[in-house]
Amino acid sequence: MHPAPSVILFSVLSGAGFGLLFFLGIGFVHLYGLTAFLWWGLGYSLALIGLLASTFHLGNPQRALLAFSQWRTSWLSREAWASVAALVLLAPMALSDWLGLGLPQPFGWLGGMLALVTVFCTAMIYAQIKAVPRWHHWLTPVMFLTFALAGGAVLAGQNFAPVLLALLLVVLLAIWQVGDGQFARRAQTLGTATGLDRIGTVTVFEQAHTAGNYLLREMMFVVGRKHAQKLRGLALVLACLLPAVLLAISGACWAYAAAALCHLAGALAARWLFFAEAEHVVGLYYGKR
Amino acid sequence: MTCLPVSTGKKLGLAIDLDTCVGCQACVTACKGWNDQGYGVPLSDQNPYGSDPSGVFLNRVHSYAVQPVDTAAQTINFPRSCLHCEDAPCVTVCPTGASYKRSEDGIVLVNEDACIGCGLCSWACPYGAREMDQAAGVMKKCTLCVDRIYNENLAQEDREPACVRGCPTGARHFGDFADPDSKVSRLSAERGGYALMPDLGTKPVNRYLPPRKKDARHEASVLAPLLDIRASGFAGWLDRVLGKI
Repeated sequence: MHPAPSVILFSVLSGAGFGLLFFLGIGFVHLYGLTAFLWWGLGYSLALIGLLASTFHLGNPQRALLAFSQWRTSWLSREAWASVAALVLLAPMALSDWLGLGLPQPFGWLGGMLALVTVFCTAMIYAQIKAVPRWHHWLTPVMFLTFALAGGAVLAGQNFAPVLLALLLVVLLAIWQVGDGQFARRAQTLGTATGLDRIGTVTVFEQAHTAGNYLLREMMFVVGRKHAQKLRGLALVLACLLPAVLLAISGACWAYAAAALCHLAGALAARWLFFAEAEHVVGLYYGKR
Repeated sequence: MTCLPVSTGKKLGLAIDLDTCVGCQACVTACKGWNDQGYGVPLSDQNPYGSDPSGVFLNRVHSYAVQPVDTAAQTINFPRSCLHCEDAPCVTVCPTGASYKRSEDGIVLVNEDACIGCGLCSWACPYGAREMDQAAGVMKKCTLCVDRIYNENLAQEDREPACVRGCPTGARHFGDFADPDSKVSRLSAERGGYALMPDLGTKPVNRYLPPRKKDARHEASVLAPLLDIRASGFAGWLDRVLGKI
């Protein structure tokens, strides 16, 4: 699948943002005054920048509000509702922390949970697609949620962040291991896709068109898989190992900032791979994947 | 609403005969020609006369070489367009309600005025039936020529999809698969019509009629007796002598 920068930026930034808002909302991290303003502001900014970035790849972003209408069937629509609900419901808690209004913590619980629900909805947009076997697995929402929690913990500068980073490392290794075999497990080939395997061995004789088209550009992105192994290593080091080491060796401001930036860079690499490595079954008709 | 209808009165679709299709691409051009000026925004092309042309087509014809175990290889032309699935994943993923399946006849359509061009429906479709229009930023797909089949301004014989009407070999058939006595239902039953990738659970309406079994290649050609000439007389003696040397 084509790794659109807007979608990668959106899902990484809003994921980490909602992860941070979750910890702030449920009161795991308790802040007040200017610090509260800065941290809540960071969470809100990341979530909003992410949501805004997601509209960049739309053909007609002026109609984006219509995306709230189909929550009965569409995970994208559910994501829109969950994100707005989380941001609205967390606002009183954020104001209370900042201005010291003393709102009881349970006010933030629902918003905090909705922040995670938003991330789950984002993941389900991909996990629901049977035509992309690598994504169509329960590990996809697990991976998105672990990224949000680990990213949120790193951004919140929590001392339990290394535990979540270690968990993220395990989840990433698992999803890559499982994902590599997913297409084969679907057992779809050019023969089964065309139904011509009932006659014999099928190969592409001539392509349906000589020039490129939307399908080839959007769903048969083969360039990215070339350096997949190196990028996986880079993602593990940047997203999991380095931030854990940085947070462990120093509690200083610079270590915290470096850990956060490192983690986000690693998350971007991992998310880029999530798209670039995913193969759509339509590629079979073209003899490509 | 992107909820799928529980059942549709009719199941309009195509039966595509892979035995008869010669891969002439007439259906591709007929489709592009009609849909360029009918339902919705035109099917735009980008850089059509340049070095890297690209454009939207709702129907593509692939050519495959198929090698059976015991007979000679065959070329099979394979038109690919929307199958108007009963359980269309492209409809349910749509966040805006632009993508829908009509309850009266089962045609899957896009309301372009509500499409935000997010592209998710094209990802959800396993068959590559949807292509984004780069000029209008909305998703395009086969409409089963909904603006032809019910169009009372057209002569009766023209009230079928442009690809069907334009096919010179009669390889494309249009009709109602919900009616077991319709032409397409009978054709599909007689010829063993099949759906594409049924295990993905999309329940396509369109059926592909497999190529008929080709005659087996005879080991002995009708010309064989002529090839096996036994020389006689002097030539025969010469043949035997030369063969012994």
